[in-house]
Amino acid sequence: MSEQSTSPGADKGPDTGAVENTVAPTTDTVRVETAAAETERDTGGGLMSGSFGRNIGLVLALLLICAAGVITAGDRFASIDNSLTILRFAATIGVVSIGMTFVVTGGGFDLSVGAILALASVWSTTFATQNMAEDTHWILMVFAALAVGAGCGLVNGVVIAYGKVVPFITTLAMLAAARGLAEIISERRTQIVRNEGFKDFFSADVAGVPLIVVIFVLVSAGGWVLLNRTTFGRRTLAVGGNPEAARLAGINVNRHTVMLYVLVGLCCGLAALMLIGRTSTGSSTHGDQYELDAIAAVVIGGTLLSGGRGTIVGTVLGVLIFSTLSNVFTLNNQDTSTQAVAKGLIIVVAVLLQQRLARRATTT
Amino acid sequence: MRLRTTTQRQQSRRYPGLVVGAVAVLALTACTGSAEDAADDDGGDSTPVAAAGSNDEEGDMVTIGFSAPAADHGWMGAITENVRDLAEQYPDIDLQIAEGTNDVNLQISQVETFINDEVDAIVLLPFDGAAMTPIALEAMEAGIPVINVDREFDDPNAARVTVLGDNYGMGVSAGQYMCEQFGDKPDAVIAEIAGIDSLPLTQDRSQGFEDALAECDLEVSNRVAADFTVEGGEEEAAKLLQAAPKIDGLWNHDDDQGVGVLAAIENAGRDEFVMVGGAGSANAMREIQDDSGVLKATVIYPSTQGADGVKLARLLLQQKAMSDLDEVEVPRTIQLYAPVVTSDNVDQYIDSAFES
Repeated sequence: MSEQSTSPGADKGPDTGAVENTVAPTTDTVRVETAAAETERDTGGGLMSGSFGRNIGLVLALLLICAAGVITAGDRFASIDNSLTILRFAATIGVVSIGMTFVVTGGGFDLSVGAILALASVWSTTFATQNMAEDTHWILMVFAALAVGAGCGLVNGVVIAYGKVVPFITTLAMLAAARGLAEIISERRTQIVRNEGFKDFFSADVAGVPLIVVIFVLVSAGGWVLLNRTTFGRRTLAVGGNPEAARLAGINVNRHTVMLYVLVGLCCGLAALMLIGRTSTGSSTHGDQYELDAIAAVVIGGTLLSGGRGTIVGTVLGVLIFSTLSNVFTLNNQDTSTQAVAKGLIIVVAVLLQQRLARRATTT
Repeated sequence: MRLRTTTQRQQSRRYPGLVVGAVAVLALTACTGSAEDAADDDGGDSTPVAAAGSNDEEGDMVTIGFSAPAADHGWMGAITENVRDLAEQYPDIDLQIAEGTNDVNLQISQVETFINDEVDAIVLLPFDGAAMTPIALEAMEAGIPVINVDREFDDPNAARVTVLGDNYGMGVSAGQYMCEQFGDKPDAVIAEIAGIDSLPLTQDRSQGFEDALAECDLEVSNRVAADFTVEGGEEEAAKLLQAAPKIDGLWNHDDDQGVGVLAAIENAGRDEFVMVGGAGSANAMREIQDDSGVLKATVIYPSTQGADGVKLARLLLQQKAMSDLDEVEVPRTIQLYAPVVTSDNVDQYIDSAFES
């Protein structure tokens, strides 16, 4: 009944039923209402400055890590080659993290991103797929990876939205199943890409910038527009903040949830292609623990794990913070175990700071 | 191109565990051991160990980058530890370690960092050989020699030197030991606990075992596959012991999972058979030294491979040759030998064994 509204993004809904009129005003108000508690009473401008303030904190953290890099490694850190190394490393996880931002903003959660990436990388590099690609065009491998990603996302979404299974369990099941299927298909062997066209395309540079970095930039920009400037983005915030209010406002919450999981699945498929390009292989071990990296980046970026607030800029900064940190550790001969400890500390400190900021915002 | 030849294989059949293997390996072991070790080693009928040659004299400073997968197994932990220890012995090695990742994306970026830094050589134990091939090629094209350790690249041009263990040889050594024990007992029940079954290295080990057993008309009657972990070893061994009420010989591919296998054997109260381990952990060697349990032997998969790679990189960069060979260049491929360790010769190997 309430799912009838044709365009929830429209300014007013005078023709909606009497019931909705009392509970669900314009979608704009839904958005403000559902945006995290601390900014509730702020005006639109306040909301902007709030997220701006958060991002300043992240930029400062990034600058701090860069300063540490310059002090400890000097020119070895502050060079164009090294910057590109950081960005190439960040690109794959970055694309996954953008997708994750949408799901988390929409009140969901996805543990299966790494496994979906592995399955997509395996599927698009099987002997059969590669043979077909040889006969036609390598773009077929691209379609295969994207289709597998979207397909897994669709399954996740349908089970969560219509089966009413909590996202944690659904995507945990997908994590196990997708990686298992990837192992079955590849027989746990690494599949090597033979198609030169594919390899050349994905290892190409665009004006000196590696293509995978360009893809990361494009996906980030596209994600920002989608989240902040479209009806889809507003619905995502509404669904994540208060699904019941969103439903009453005329948003088809179930369908929207499915779309969010398909979106993150597509991002995994794309990331799989980027990783195939980088390694020239597909393997069931690709994307190991990317779910944790992506969730970490999303959380320190300032997206609320409970949904209703999301920031693409924050996520991008989060990804850059972790990949720069990893680079500084490598340059300084530190092992990855120390790095994991540092990563854990950063996550906790970032979330503690966010909560403090949030409390201050509500009290003033 | 492999140094290991059939003649050596035949030799090793006659003297399993005593012949220290290829000449190349000899040179390496000679360099790895300190002076005291060399003196200790020099006993019995094992081939004389070359004295520390002029190759150990301090040469030009060389910067070597090293990257390996996460140390989630005792053997892998020992690889990096041995590399660190080795670098400390040589004042002319500046070692850059970027250790411990199972994420190829991260390992690639580590190698990129080495290339940006213009290190003199890169020693790489890839998480996945094929996935690391493009970046290794890039390093080679940038004029940085790559020394590939343990897991091979899929393009021979991606490495200047390759240091490999001998998985097939491990199986052969274990099989030959079984033949020695049960060659005159055609109905002997031989069991096998493999590692992760779908890995090529496990398949190679099992193939070698099967081939060696066939030489003395034995075959594997019971076989299970575990996963290189203690839990997996315990679980699979318990199943195997249930399925085979009487066993004569048991080969377990891996000493880390062997801790679990031995626990299961203890729980089942079985002691009627002879067990052979694999990889060569210090733990297993202590068991062999004690000579009180079922574990009577183990087959070594050397954890010095990374250190050997670093050492070869140093020779290569300082334009030294392997002094025990007539050849004036560092060889292209070196395959290490998989000797059998028993209570007779365990003292020779226990110092270089890894702690699991």
